[in-house]
Order: sequence, then C-alpha cells, then structure tokens
Amino acid sequence: MPKTLFEKIWDAHVVTESESGPALLYIDLHLVHEVTSPQAFEGLRLAGRKVRRPDRTFATMDHNVPTVNPFDVRDPIAAKQIATLAENCKAFGIPLAGLESPDQGIVHVIGPELGLTLPGKTVVCGDSHTSTHGAFGALAFGIGTSEVEHVLATQCLWQKRPQTLQLDLQGERAPGVTAKDVILGVIAKHGVSFGAGYVIEFTGPVVRAMSMEERMTMCNMVIEGGARAGLVGPDDTTFEYIRGRRYAPAGAEFERCVEQWRALNSDEGAVYDRVIRFDVSTLEPQVTWGTNPSMCVGVNGTVPNPADIEDEVERQAVEQALKYMGLQPGTPIQDIAVDHVFIGSCTNSRIEDLRQAAAVVKNRKVAPGIRALVVPGSKRVKEQAEREGLHEIFKQAGFEWREAGCSMCLAMNPDTVPAGERCASTSNRNFEGRQGRGARTHLVSPAMAAAAAIAGRFVDVRALMSS
Amino acid sequence: MKPLVRHRGLVARMNRVNVDTDQIIPKQFLKRVERSGFGQFLFYDWRFLSDGSPNPEFELNQPQYSGASILVAGANFGCGSSREHAPWALLDYGFQVIIAPSYADIFYNNCFKNGILPITLPQAAVDVLLQKALEPGYELEVDLENQVISDDTGWSHAFEIDAFRRNMLLQGLDEIGLTMQYEAEIRLYESRRASSVQPV
Repeated sequence: MPKTLFEKIWDAHVVTESESGPALLYIDLHLVHEVTSPQAFEGLRLAGRKVRRPDRTFATMDHNVPTVNPFDVRDPIAAKQIATLAENCKAFGIPLAGLESPDQGIVHVIGPELGLTLPGKTVVCGDSHTSTHGAFGALAFGIGTSEVEHVLATQCLWQKRPQTLQLDLQGERAPGVTAKDVILGVIAKHGVSFGAGYVIEFTGPVVRAMSMEERMTMCNMVIEGGARAGLVGPDDTTFEYIRGRRYAPAGAEFERCVEQWRALNSDEGAVYDRVIRFDVSTLEPQVTWGTNPSMCVGVNGTVPNPADIEDEVERQAVEQALKYMGLQPGTPIQDIAVDHVFIGSCTNSRIEDLRQAAAVVKNRKVAPGIRALVVPGSKRVKEQAEREGLHEIFKQAGFEWREAGCSMCLAMNPDTVPAGERCASTSNRNFEGRQGRGARTHLVSPAMAAAAAIAGRFVDVRALMSS
Repeated sequence: MKPLVRHRGLVARMNRVNVDTDQIIPKQFLKRVERSGFGQFLFYDWRFLSDGSPNPEFELNQPQYSGASILVAGANFGCGSSREHAPWALLDYGFQVIIAPSYADIFYNNCFKNGILPITLPQAAVDVLLQKALEPGYELEVDLENQVISDDTGWSHAFEIDAFRRNMLLQGLDEIGLTMQYEAEIRLYESRRASSVQPV
C-alpha cells in the first residue's frame, strides 16, 4: 500500500504499540536547551535515573543568552539556568555547544547546521518550534519538560499517531514574496488551529523550488497553525545542504544514505487524512496586525473592522487585539509606524534571511528614532555573514549587529520592546507581551522588516527592490 | 503523581479563544529550575496591572472565583509555546480540571503529565457551562472513572478521553517507570537499527 513520508518515518520508529493505545516511539535526536531542561534533569536525579543515550542528545544555550556580550549574564536567574545546563551536560555526559563554543546558537539553527538533523530521523526538543527540522523530511516536534525527562531516561516517547494533512502549494510566488509570507498567508486563511492533531506535509512546485532556509521557515511556523510537525520530502536541495556537515554521513556512506532518504518521499497514490490546496500567485508580503499569527493581511491591506465580524467571540478577540495593538479599524498597514525592528529568531535568522535583509538595507539608512537589531541565529551564521560583509551593510545603515541567540523573539534576555512601542519582527509569535509587557509585535519577513527599518513604517518591500 | 479519580470544585470561566501559554505564564517567569511556585505568576500580565496590583477586570480576580479548581475556557486553549510551566502554574494556582472545546496538542499532553485533567466538550456544552459559571458558587463534579461531569441541578455531560491517558491519571502512574518495563523491546529496537545504514 502506498505510504506517506510521515507513515514511513512513524512506522520505522515504533518500538511497541497496542491496538488502541499510543505507540512507544523511538527518538533519534534529542535537542536540549537551558530553559525547559533543568526540571527534567532534576527529575532524573530524584529518581536515580541516568540519560540512556547521551550520544543521541545535544545541548546548547539560546533562550537566555545576552546578545551584546553573551558572557555578561546579569540576570542571576538566567545565569543559574545557563550554569545548570552546563553542569547537567557534564554530569550526564551530554555534548554541549556552550557559550564558548563556535557551534553555539539557536537550537533549531544549529541542529541542521551541524548535520545533526537528517531525513527520516525522529527529532524532539523542549521547544514548540522543533517543527523547523521537518524541512529535512525528519519527524520533528516540540515536547514539554516531563517528556524531555522521559526521552532522557528512555530515548522513547508514548505518542498517539497523528493524522496527516497535505498542504499543496501551487502557483508562482511574486518577487519579494518569501516563505514567511507563504506560511503567514496560509495561517491567515486557515486559522491558528487548523493543523491541530495533524502532521502537515508541504507538497507542490512552490516548496520544491524553495531553499532549505525557506523550507525551515515554513516548517518552523506550522505550530502557529496548531500542527505538531511539518514535513518536506527530501530532495537534491536537501542532500546538497547536508553534504559535508559535521555530523552528517560522508563519502560512500553519504551516497548510500541519499538513496534511502530519497525513498522516504510519499509514494504515488499515498492518501492523506486531509488535503488543503493553497495558491500563492496572488499573495503579497504579509504583515500581522493583531495578537496571534492568523491576524494578518497583505501589506497593501488595512486593519480590519470588528463591526464586520459576525461571530461574537471572534469579534471580541479582534477588539481586544486592536486595543492591545493600539490600532484603529480601517488603518492602512502602510500607515503604521514602527519603533523597533528585529531581524532574528529560529524562524528567520539564517544566512539567506540576512542576505535578503541586507539586499534591502544596502546603501540606505535606518529611519531616525528607530532601534534596529540583527541577531544571527548562530555563531556560524554570524561568521558566514561577516565573511560576506553583511555586517558592514547593516552597521553602516544603523543596525546593531549582535551575537547569536533567541533574543527579542521572546525577550527572555535583555532584548525587550518597551510597553506601547511597536516592533517589526521576523519572529513567529505576536502574542500579547511576547516581546515585553505591552509590546506590540508585527510579524513580517526579513526583507519587509528591513524595509520597515528604512521607511520607519511598513512599506511594500517590492517598491524598494525595484529602485 | 497523585491519582485523579473524582474531583469536585468551584468553576471559574474564561470566555476567550486561543489563550496561549505566553499568557498563562509570561516568559519572565520561566527562569526557575524548579517545578513549583509558578501559581503566583499565572496569567500575570492579565491578572496584575503594571504597578503590580490586581487587575479588577480580569476574570480570575472576581471574588466569586477565589478558590476555583475547574476552569472553563474557549477553543484552542494552551496554544503556542511548549512550556510545561503553563500546566505547572495552573496546578500550583489550584486548577485540577480544565474544560474547553479544544486544546493545543503540546499543552494537552503536558496536562496529563502533571495530574491535570483537560476535558474536551462540544462548544454547545462549553457555552452552557460558561453561562452557569456566572452564578456565584457554581460547582461541578468530575468523575473520571465514568467519564462524566455533573452539577447539583441534574445537568450532566459525558466526555471522551483516550484509555491510556485516563489510566495514567486514575492510577497516578509514573510514565517513565512504565516505559522502563519495555527495556527489552527498546534494546531490540536499538540493535535492529544499529545494523541499518541509517545514520543517527
């Protein structure tokens, strides 16, 4: 019987299962960071348990790390979490890309970068954006701390088999319309919970033409549509990205793996539980106006009017969002001025994201009064960008060029947005308070964030690209 | 973990959809290395004004909901971040049972690991409860064994829950301990995989 990519990976990882209950699923790669792991290690200690497979576990520090000087952690509790992870990795024998390591960075940037993330693997991490790794055709999903402890102790997880959703992307993207715009467009149309209970596989010519960075951006944000995981079938783009990465197979072994990886792709005639087709042809660069990622519209659109919404709960949610965001119904998106610009996060901090932003910024200046940050996703990304001279482009324009970390995406480190101020952000969540209490977040692509920094308000980046 | 078989408690209402875990426990409170003590930060940015005083408009600050242990909420409750600090905060605050039309997957899983029962009911039934919970002192009786909730007026509603999770809660089982009973199977799986060329 023809199988989907998901079914092939799932079936290959079932250790045991009962007829009606969940399956015990084997986990190939467990990524760990400082915020969601301390209680898990403590649980192991209290029960006298050890880490079953430290060789399948890899840790880094990202959420709390200051990006001006990563070693200058002034928040004593953040410092304690960072120190605790280092102690735990040492005590349990887990490889760690710590603050001093050239491999340090956002966990979902370094996994792929180091060749840890490979097609066909099961990948988990105590972080909802673990879905990012699905771009490689790996089954990757976020877990809570109890499950982190469970995987540390057993290298397995009890999982109910999710359903499959094919998200078939058709048409042709207009220039300036990025992977971020595509996934925001999908969520704007289908809502923040359309993917609940599903693993989403992206198919069609649009995703085939995408780079690995673009695929990661899309898979990263499937969680914002409620899905646990996103998947892209591995192809030559995937294999070329993996080739030569440190932990990836090499030589003849690599070639053998490629044949296996190719066979992971969904079979002709495989059946999905649900199919959504989405045409990208008319899509514009997207800007969120509200407090969840589905509250989003094209850059030439306007802020909606709650009075037009029939459903009462929905209307109240929009009213509440506009109140929080300090926006009037009917305001053109391009009339919204910004105070901060953040280019970074596990969604959009890879080298290609920085290249796209730099192309917009080049020979231009950040508008007066705007604080603009570029936070590369990893030290490796930072080095690569500096080799290409991108840091000079950003700095000359008036951007701050920072060290790697999660930074202003969730503002657990000192990079926060003050109450009532507005940020054009390449991150993934525009929830209330996400970037700081009272902070107003607008999600956009790196190119659109760069354009907002230059113009001081949201503008259609395509106008800047043609000039 | 304490078993959860039956529970009776005061019902609080939160008539909002898409309540995300950033609201349930804002990120500034994730910097602890313990599982306890998060209740004081539950819904912090909604619950307290910027000067730290209680926000009188916030649902859970209504005096009638003081001591509530059952929360009725809108669809897609617990979306967003995987932070288990969200169920830790709910439990530490006193919530043992949540009732909503739907939940985000990770949050739903996390609840069971901490002895919180998330009950899924059809929107119409949740709407009834949202209405009933306006009445001061409204209590529900939750019977996990028979998978039914009821109140003193004779209203009741059955709920579905998968047998594995139900059993874990009923017995207060340690899931890791359970999995370790499958050590032989895990080893067999690992030895099978080791002979494959699939790199890990």
